[in-house]
Amino acid sequence: MDWLFFGEISLAGLAMGGLYALIALGFVMIYKATRVINFAIGEIMMFAAYLFLAFAGGMELSPWIAMPLAVLGGSILGGVIEKTMIRPMLGESPISVVMVTIGIASILVGVVEFFWTADPQLLPQFLPREPVFIGPLYLAPKIAYGFLIGAAVLVLYLLYFRFSRGGVALRATASDQAAAYSMGINVRRVFNLAWVFGSLAASLAGILVAATGGLSPQFGIIGLSVLVVVIVGGLDSILGALIAGLFIGWLETVAGAYLGGEYRMPATFVVLAVILVIRPYGLFGTHEIERV
Amino acid sequence: MEALLEIDNIEVVYNKAVQVLRGLSLRVPRGAIVALLGSNGAGKSTTLKSVSGLLALEDGEVTAGEVRFNGTNVKTLAPEKLVRSGLFHVMEGRRVFEDLTVEENLIAATYALSGRKTPALSDSYELVYDYFPRLKERRKQLAGYLSGGEQQMLALGRALIAQPQLIMLDEPSLGLAPLLVEEIFTIVARINREQGTAILLVEQNAAVSLAIASYGYIMENGKIVIDGPADKLTANEDVREFYLGVGGAEGEARSYRDIKHYKRRKRWLS
Repeated sequence: MDWLFFGEISLAGLAMGGLYALIALGFVMIYKATRVINFAIGEIMMFAAYLFLAFAGGMELSPWIAMPLAVLGGSILGGVIEKTMIRPMLGESPISVVMVTIGIASILVGVVEFFWTADPQLLPQFLPREPVFIGPLYLAPKIAYGFLIGAAVLVLYLLYFRFSRGGVALRATASDQAAAYSMGINVRRVFNLAWVFGSLAASLAGILVAATGGLSPQFGIIGLSVLVVVIVGGLDSILGALIAGLFIGWLETVAGAYLGGEYRMPATFVVLAVILVIRPYGLFGTHEIERV
Repeated sequence: MEALLEIDNIEVVYNKAVQVLRGLSLRVPRGAIVALLGSNGAGKSTTLKSVSGLLALEDGEVTAGEVRFNGTNVKTLAPEKLVRSGLFHVMEGRRVFEDLTVEENLIAATYALSGRKTPALSDSYELVYDYFPRLKERRKQLAGYLSGGEQQMLALGRALIAQPQLIMLDEPSLGLAPLLVEEIFTIVARINREQGTAILLVEQNAAVSLAIASYGYIMENGKIVIDGPADKLTANEDVREFYLGVGGAEGEARSYRDIKHYKRRKRWLS
């Protein structure tokens, strides 16, 4: 076995996993606060990546201006979705809400195809191009820098949850909604902000992933891998999203390299099946949680 | 004089089908402790929820009557706005945020102060720790690991942080040992005396409640059946027999063996 190759593949996989973790964070945040399983997360990512394309490619803004703008656009999209389509569903059965998010996903695909056609697109290059070496291991620069940006945002989120007053409000709402109301916490606002910041994480990850691998309206399918991540990690666990994200990213890449690209998804879904049998609530999830 | 809280003839229906309150009225004057007593299923908790606006979360609805806090109809305010205007509901079963630390639980309660001019927050944390020194020792611990008594203290501590005009306490004695119940009620009385906070106390334990309350209401099947100043209620024969557990004339504690419910009907039923 070639250990250098294995090391490089693992490194690339972990870097990819970092981005998965970021998307999963967006998913978990929305689920934790509102108990909505958001199947549209992949499409929100895709939409933000197309916004980036429009700002950086079409309007020829500097990528470093286009990126925050696109992320902002994705966040606003999340907030608007919550306010106009999810909030009226409050109190309906979880399955109905899930169906709404699936509907939103296909609407977003349709909108994107309408404006940008269904053809794959390449994003303008904006990350540094010098190869990155960690010890003797080579890592593609796009992946390395994407990981760094993603990791920085992830750490910011974690610190915010842990130490800020807003983080307390979010965790209190997640823990007991009625009690959160009785503390004077504006629960509806917490719901909305969870969607905004969840979409923000997903949008950023969307741009970074699209920058490494290209973009098409089918890009949102990555949401499926992320679903595996959050189920393995536990739907309501931020720590779980992080660890499972790194692990699934690594597993996909290694399986792809050694067994061939068509084995990427089967490998992760086998893990998913095993986890569901042993720990139905995921590695770090709360026990009484409902299962998808 | 206008009371702080006025409940006027309210009726509450759950799921558009089950009527729980049938024309209930009560008043809480400023700065007073008022007890609302009744057995299981009488509708005590529902009464509090219809005041604090949490009924909607359980598919309940006030179908008639009106609740006024400080003269404003509570229907016109969102639940969190009501809390911010000074009405704090300590829910049944304490409902501390179990996976937050004691300190974070108190921080969560500071949202009740949004948009209000209040003294420095660090003072109000000190106030809580002054009333409940045990919370200070445990302030970095997860609230889920506290004992039942400490959780009740935390629930009261959160109410203190919010500096309300009225605290509605839903069964603070639930699941606590008698000594602890006494301790908690002593502190409730102290909060009322020192902070001037009015308290609406919902309880099954009539003896301790009437000991600290100035006025009491007793409800059955969704409405008030008898009310009066606490000392009058304590002297009332029916209340003594059915809620305080002391028998008619002799006033001695009775053995369960001698209780024959069918012998005497509650007078207010006839």
